[in-house]
Amino acid sequence: MLRYTINRVLLMIPTLLGVAVLVFFMLRVVPGDVVEIKLRGDGGNVSQETIELERKRMGLDKPFVSQFGDWMIGMATLDLGKSMWTERPVIEEISLRLELSLQVAIMATIIAVLIAIPLGTAAALFRDTWIDYVVRIVTIGGLSIPSFWFGMLIMLTLLGLFNWLPPITFTPIYVDPVANLTQLIWPAMAVGYRYCAVVSRMIRSSLLEVMNEDYIRTARAKGVYEKVVISRHALRNALLPAITVIGLEFTFLIGGLVVTEQVFNLNGIGQLFVQSVSRNDFTLIQGMVMLIAAFYVFVNLIIDLLYAVFDPRIRYE
Amino acid sequence: MTIAAPAVPTPRIREPNWFLDFCRQQPLGAVSFVIICCMMFAGIFSRLVAPYDPLDIDFASILGAPSWEHPCGTDAYGRDICSRLIFGSRTALVIGFTSSFIGSTLGAVLGVASAYFGGRIDNWIQRFMDILLAFPLIVLALVVVAALRKFVIGGVDVNLIFAIAIPILPRVARVVRAAALSVRVMPYVDAARAAGYSDTRIIFRHMAPNVVAPYLIILTAFIAQAILAEASLSFLGLGVTEPTAAWGLMLSGNAADFYREAPWMILFPGAAISLAVFAFNLFGDSLRDYLDPRFRM
Repeated sequence: MLRYTINRVLLMIPTLLGVAVLVFFMLRVVPGDVVEIKLRGDGGNVSQETIELERKRMGLDKPFVSQFGDWMIGMATLDLGKSMWTERPVIEEISLRLELSLQVAIMATIIAVLIAIPLGTAAALFRDTWIDYVVRIVTIGGLSIPSFWFGMLIMLTLLGLFNWLPPITFTPIYVDPVANLTQLIWPAMAVGYRYCAVVSRMIRSSLLEVMNEDYIRTARAKGVYEKVVISRHALRNALLPAITVIGLEFTFLIGGLVVTEQVFNLNGIGQLFVQSVSRNDFTLIQGMVMLIAAFYVFVNLIIDLLYAVFDPRIRYE
Repeated sequence: MTIAAPAVPTPRIREPNWFLDFCRQQPLGAVSFVIICCMMFAGIFSRLVAPYDPLDIDFASILGAPSWEHPCGTDAYGRDICSRLIFGSRTALVIGFTSSFIGSTLGAVLGVASAYFGGRIDNWIQRFMDILLAFPLIVLALVVVAALRKFVIGGVDVNLIFAIAIPILPRVARVVRAAALSVRVMPYVDAARAAGYSDTRIIFRHMAPNVVAPYLIILTAFIAQAILAEASLSFLGLGVTEPTAAWGLMLSGNAADFYREAPWMILFPGAAISLAVFAFNLFGDSLRDYLDPRFRM
């Protein structure tokens, strides 16, 4: 187990390196960079000389390989460089927004899981009855309704019912929990619907699979109450695949809040991402992509290890 | 005395009509198919169906509420929202279809090749797919958009199509590879190899036809995802740009400022996106149940 874990951690390095290479060169293949947008963005008349000077100052005039080398050396010492737009350290820019994005993602997870478990279980137990069909339509709806539009609908409803819109300034939860929650519960709900749909579909299908297993028949034959069979024997095993989806959706949310943040005017990672893309802020884009990729790889590792913990049949050698 | 054997009418073997069969087995799938057909009709014959020109600016009727003249109201430039929705279905379908087709096909080829060659090639392809998978779909699309810049051919945003197709690729490759691995051990593949067929021939003629089912299922499912991604990117202002009619674009920019005065500007385009994605999701779901009852979920 320990060997397996170490092996997996080491395998993360080539993947992340690949991500780094890919992002770095993809951003630089096509001409155009931050300097042009910064100095010429609004049709400003700036001489070519000034632009070259600015490029030189930012190190954009160096060959790609040496730029890449600089970036890698920085990363090895946990220094992601400075944003090309604001010139503040990338880590600072990201950590300012990470708190908000993480909180929304965690809240959405809680909402989604709380709803998805009963929903998915009911759909599986009453398979092919009207309950199953309703759950199916509701969950496909969750996969289909864009989170950002669902967010807009939430805002419209709030406006219509209470003539009130959520505040747009962020207060950390440890400062004022009420103000914090009244702001963030809505976006969490908006993305939670899709999340819940994904998880409950997974629970339904894996529960259906588990219900055919021998140990369920054995438990029933022993005369175990159906309730206990479902909660102790079936659901417990069916939750494992659900954990995978929960983990993957959670990482998706860290970067995938992009559009929803825009709707609710939240200053999170997603908003920062869109801004830096439209500004050609290479260092910031790179930093965020690395953060999200690292998160993804890490969550995947945790999921695999959790499998071994929860399912004694799985042993990693 | 001879007894003439009564002519036994040979039972006519009816060709199973897969379409009727599908409709009977999957009523929800049939409904979604009808919705998709309506959308395709609206997209292809937009000029005939739409009551107005989607670009016609009419300052006399800015932010008009839904009425007989304008069934879905008008936007901030007095343009007819209903007509823009109809023309928007063209944008959504063209980008949804092509990007999902490109992404799924390339992904499927890579997946089959990966499973067929195995060993080192398989390992390399899979590591590369892992790298692409480490990006969330929308983030990778954003990076590709940032890298490709705007690039339009014949009114279609080619950069957008690639931005959406690339994130689809690794996801399809994984699923198809898994299916192809089970095909690879089939005796007919060994037979083909023993007969000395080339790798390309075995991959395309012997293995690919046997992974068509998962390919089709995942292709339809990703059309839904692609439409959603296009809407999101356009909403962010990084996809289709004004004045082209696109659903995501109709929700962006000033639409958000009109919550109070003109909620129809938000309601209808969002409903159109949801309906389109819903139809493709449901269709993909039903197709899976129909084509592969083993995977019935």
